[in-house]
Amino acid sequence: MTAPGWERRAAWGLGVLAVVAPIVAPNDYWIGVMARICLYATLALGLNIVVGFAGLLDLGYVAFFGIGSYVYAFLASPHFDVHLPFPLALLVTTVVTGISGILIGAPTLRLRGDYLAIVTLGFGEITYLLLINGDRPINITNGTNGILSIDRPALAGLVATRNMDYYYLFLLFLGLTLLVSVRLRDSRIGWAWQAIREDELAARAMGINTTVAKLQAFAMGASFAGIGGSFLASWQRSVFPENFLFTESINILAMVILGGAGNLLGVVLGATLLVALPEVFREFQAYRLLVFGLLLMVLMIFRPQGLLSFQGRREAESDTAEAPDEVTEARA
Amino acid sequence: MSWADILQILPQQLVFGLALGTVYGLIALGYTMVYGILFMINFAHGEIFMIGAYLGWWVFALLLQAKVGGLHPAWVLPLMLVHAMVGAGILGVCLERFAYRPLYLRGATRLGPLISAVGASIFLQNAVMLTQGARMKVYMTSLLFPWSWRIQVAGVSISALVLVMTASAILMMWGLHLLVQRTTLGRSIRAVAEDREMAAIMGVNVRRVIAATFFLGSALGGAGGVLVGLYYTQIDFFMGYSAGLKAFTAAVLGGIGNIHGAMLGGIVLGLVESLAVTFINPAYKDVVAFAILILTLVFRPSGILGESVPESEKV
Amino acid sequence: MLSLTDVVTHYGPIRVLKSVTLEVRAGEIVCLLGGNASGKSTTMKTILGVVRPTAGRVEFEDQRIDGLPTESIVRRGISLVPEARRIFGRMTVWENLAMGAYTRRAAPPGELAEDRERVYALFPRLEERATQLGGTLSGGEQQMLAIGRALMARPRLLLMDEPSMGLAPVLVDQVFDIIQTINRQGTTILVVEQNATVALSIASRGYVLQNGRIVVHDTAEALLRADHIRRAYLGEEGER
Repeated sequence: MTAPGWERRAAWGLGVLAVVAPIVAPNDYWIGVMARICLYATLALGLNIVVGFAGLLDLGYVAFFGIGSYVYAFLASPHFDVHLPFPLALLVTTVVTGISGILIGAPTLRLRGDYLAIVTLGFGEITYLLLINGDRPINITNGTNGILSIDRPALAGLVATRNMDYYYLFLLFLGLTLLVSVRLRDSRIGWAWQAIREDELAARAMGINTTVAKLQAFAMGASFAGIGGSFLASWQRSVFPENFLFTESINILAMVILGGAGNLLGVVLGATLLVALPEVFREFQAYRLLVFGLLLMVLMIFRPQGLLSFQGRREAESDTAEAPDEVTEARA
Repeated sequence: MSWADILQILPQQLVFGLALGTVYGLIALGYTMVYGILFMINFAHGEIFMIGAYLGWWVFALLLQAKVGGLHPAWVLPLMLVHAMVGAGILGVCLERFAYRPLYLRGATRLGPLISAVGASIFLQNAVMLTQGARMKVYMTSLLFPWSWRIQVAGVSISALVLVMTASAILMMWGLHLLVQRTTLGRSIRAVAEDREMAAIMGVNVRRVIAATFFLGSALGGAGGVLVGLYYTQIDFFMGYSAGLKAFTAAVLGGIGNIHGAMLGGIVLGLVESLAVTFINPAYKDVVAFAILILTLVFRPSGILGESVPESEKV
Repeated sequence: MLSLTDVVTHYGPIRVLKSVTLEVRAGEIVCLLGGNASGKSTTMKTILGVVRPTAGRVEFEDQRIDGLPTESIVRRGISLVPEARRIFGRMTVWENLAMGAYTRRAAPPGELAEDRERVYALFPRLEERATQLGGTLSGGEQQMLAIGRALMARPRLLLMDEPSMGLAPVLVDQVFDIIQTINRQGTTILVVEQNATVALSIASRGYVLQNGRIVVHDTAEALLRADHIRRAYLGEEGER
């Protein structure tokens, strides 16, 4: 499913806007918000591969986010006294997180939709518990204290210090991940994912190795989270287990679903809305999650295909009564 | 801890595990009944359990506030339970009617209802937090069940609370068993779960049966909330999350959709959990439930007693 | 008693029933014949309200029932013995029969016991297996249970969807004998069948459905005699 023409032009337009945006931003705080949008958009694109492309409902995506952040922290902080240069740390983190995707995805291969969701949820929880209890008996994660004083990103002598630096760095990688996502979507593996999403049995019958394809989806999705995690770690310059609670998984999932699972621009839009709107409505911060939950319910009833997606509604059209042989015969 | 220490506390822990396990089973019934009839996981069931706990607390707090004398569990407990069960039941029916029915009537994929359920879960959690406060509430259990009320059995000290809790859970599960096996409503629930279309052709009002199932499952979850509240003495808006996942594990362990499975799964989970807590770091208690869940789903997805899912639903 | 007039039924965009007009009078046995994919199942589902017709009328005892929910259609006295039996495998024989009487659950238990006795009289094997789970019965026994279950509702009109399917010839004869008995006891019957010969041997009239349309309508003897009709529309070679 290649993007219609207007989508591509919209993407370029938005890209140009994004590059000049800091000039019109009211203050540094808002540049920070824009940086966060880019970070979450990257994460959402990663989850989109798993949920949107391959149709695997992952409720524990935060696990990859957490793994990515902590691995980066291990590689670029005083904690283990390892200080890899930024590009190398980023690369290693991405790869390691990608591998964790394979490890976590492996047990889920034979599971149905809702069970897969719960198991991934479980893994998300286990990851959190490991992070928070990871200081006993030997200290790996430093438990609730987190890891501090993480190195700033440095590229070719330039060190990121202001929000604007981080913004352009994240924006660059967001662009790269978008590009990769587009390539993936239109590639053979992308078609395989789509086939699996629509009807796994039929996909297998067509000769698609669903096991490998699903693992690839998890690996790619996780590696994007690895990038996101590196960003969080190097921007916040600290990581704590509290950064990686279940609600964060749902947060990112909502971005994907709100925008339209499978639709790249939609996913970015979803991330933008769900990061920016709570900022706009700061006074209602307390109600944020409440509205959030309501939003999910309402979305599923009225627009399950998300804001920008053009597909999905037809899944909802099916009759509840089983179609008899006459129908399949007539269709043949 | 030395082996002698472990052996000494083991019987006690097993008793607690068994007691808690019956309550897990009670809550698990909510998941299994809904799954059996709609093939969806009511992710918000944990929140229904939590609200049941709050309802029971509220009744008790009212009694205390009105300075009602002669508080005795014989009448206070049923009062709390009835309130919690009816409230939770109604909440479950509303959830089904407004959040789920529009989805499954449309024949939407199973992921739609699941996401909606997650939304409902978050909504309910925060609704309670915003209206009841983020701090925990305390169940003044000792006012109902003095610490002195206990018996000694084979070196294990069992409090009256634990006995009553277990007895209540078992009684309710047995009641459900009777309802499902012997009554017309129970038969119609089983018929709808097995073959919805055929049940409709028999003249069953499928929508009403589904609503009744939600009511029953949620009521039991609410009752579980009261019992857990009494046992742990503190409740908060977040307690539904881990309790819900444990109950779900119990349901899957026993065989999702299978009512006897839920009861069995609860007891097994309770026992294994108490064993784990004795031998391994108690901080990882919750991990035990998740580990069991993942292991079950990967190696024996139909559970101990086997799923009660018609052939058409199996992938 | 039952009449369909110009009924059109769709499944999504596909028009399965293009124009179906048929009539069943009280006391009759009428059969609806046709090959695979002719629309027989959809006709049954339309009558029962499981599917709504897009056009046309379905009337039962002079009242329109198209558009009504299944539950109320069934309550008016129509029962179905479905294709492939579809008994509740996880319930006992007794419980299946109880479910059959669901629409009469308010009736005094004495009446229900009577009906059960009547079913057992027709099918002694079911009485033997009363406490066994439906899923453990043989194909033939399941067919008996499906019929018995439908009878428990004391239907005025009994719909039967391919009762001969998957049964050995000996059993088929037995089943159709029983259908005749039920009819003689006062139940009107509409049988949908692929096995035209057997069905026509007990029916008074027959309709032939092809591609969602009624193409032939005549008395059973006429249809049995007309070899060319049988061969053309029903795909049978000569007599069985």
